[in-house]
Amino acid sequence: MSGKDKGGIMSKLAETGQHIRSSQAWSSIFRPGSPFRDGYSDTPRNRSYVIMNNVLYHLHPVKVKRHGVRLSYTLCLGGLSFFLFILLTITGIFLMFYYRPTSPQAFLDIQALATDVTFGQVVRNMHRWGAHAMVLTVFLHMARVFYHGAYKPPREFNWVVGIVLLLLTLLLSFTGYLLPWDQLAVWAVTVGSNMGRYAPVIGDQVSFALIGGTQITPDTLLRWYVLHVLFLPFVIVIFMAVHFWRVRKDGGISGPL
Amino acid sequence: MAGLPEHLLRRSAEAKAKATGRPVEEILAELKGEAPPPAAGAPSAGSGPVRDLAKESADLGVPEDLLRRAMIARAKKDGTPIPGEPGAAPVAAAGTAPVAAGSPAPIPTIPEGVRTQRLLTVVKAGAIQQTKREPADKVNTWPHLLAIEFVALLVLTGLLFVFSIYVDAPLLEFANFNQQPNPSKAPWYFLGLQELLSYFDPMVAGIIIPGYGLAGLAFIPYLDRNPSVRPSDRKLAIMIFTFFVMGAAILTTYGSFFRGPGFNFTFPWVDGIFFDF
Repeated sequence: MSGKDKGGIMSKLAETGQHIRSSQAWSSIFRPGSPFRDGYSDTPRNRSYVIMNNVLYHLHPVKVKRHGVRLSYTLCLGGLSFFLFILLTITGIFLMFYYRPTSPQAFLDIQALATDVTFGQVVRNMHRWGAHAMVLTVFLHMARVFYHGAYKPPREFNWVVGIVLLLLTLLLSFTGYLLPWDQLAVWAVTVGSNMGRYAPVIGDQVSFALIGGTQITPDTLLRWYVLHVLFLPFVIVIFMAVHFWRVRKDGGISGPL
Repeated sequence: MAGLPEHLLRRSAEAKAKATGRPVEEILAELKGEAPPPAAGAPSAGSGPVRDLAKESADLGVPEDLLRRAMIARAKKDGTPIPGEPGAAPVAAAGTAPVAAGSPAPIPTIPEGVRTQRLLTVVKAGAIQQTKREPADKVNTWPHLLAIEFVALLVLTGLLFVFSIYVDAPLLEFANFNQQPNPSKAPWYFLGLQELLSYFDPMVAGIIIPGYGLAGLAFIPYLDRNPSVRPSDRKLAIMIFTFFVMGAAILTTYGSFFRGPGFNFTFPWVDGIFFDF
């Protein structure tokens, strides 16, 4: 008896599901070929649709060169750099909820992450180790591209964009280094930014503008915080967009050796 | 048909012949608007009312052969006799036509069934820019590339998460501007430069070397004119790049682990490591 009822409910559910899937709202959300629309069957047409009707189409073409897919060719370094950037954005937003860039408070907030905030310490750890990892993957990506000669025409300009991205990555890491406002942060940044002071003609001015004075003060903290969470991410996203766009415009990933 | 190359017409006729099972030549003639279809049972040419196609063409701005073709097609479709034309050899039925040859019927503004749009031109192959793509060995991004990227992303997240559970980010005591730690080191990626700073003047180590280094790096594609990407053809370029990368790596390692208090040389296994990530 109950089995019969259950069957009735199941068929009702299936009917409702079918009704939802055929609604205008549903098909406006999921473009043709989406597995959520009519189910996914593995056909060349659907394989193309998955990319074409997806925001990923901005990043990847429908087809890529077979050799470029080999892990041993790219080692995924560029992709992982980008992914680390996303991971750092997510963990960074989390940290921003608990951080105030003022003089003793910044340090106290970082301390509080370890004691008062659920998952605070592990998220801060991920942010820090992820940042170091990103410097490393960006550098290794550059080395990979060099050894494959992938900077040669028509990809010369994208190499230059890549160098800008490397520089921005270093700046992002360096500005973030100050934010814990402990002895390590303050003195590492002092040593690091002292080097820039020797730049000819504009060295003093650049240094003054960057650290907001002649030496590192709580004003520097606010300034570098804004650079770290807003200005530099904004700039790097623009350069990343150009970088990814040029990869595709220049004919996709470079050819095999 | 106006301006259509013969080979295109023929190809079209052949396709049509294949589809309908009629002889190619017949369809070809029909397409050209030259001869009516001589199929058995079909009305023969000139048996219908007479139309002055030359005049209609001038009035309507439609090429004469298009009009003729439309006329034939229409007659065939309706099963009515095909109108005769002035000047054309009258067929036996001419006398029975409602309007005698030589005095054409009043011309309708636009005859029904006549298409008023025209084919302006057929662009021959090669006349416009041709983009030829070398056939490349390609695979679908989904699933081949996306699956790899997804796994790479999961592995990286997993490793980073597990590492972050066990190893805490450093946090020393509260910032004190009156007490400089000894040694005080820049972040690790600048330690190669800091190492250079102990050999050279700050102007050289802090500005000239990194400045030229960065500029040189950015200009690599414009300096390296060698088009080959094969490692065996690029020995010099690879050698130079590797030299600088190794130099930077050695300096960074040296500055990180072999410099102790006062930035003096130290063995990390003797005096410990003076380095924070």
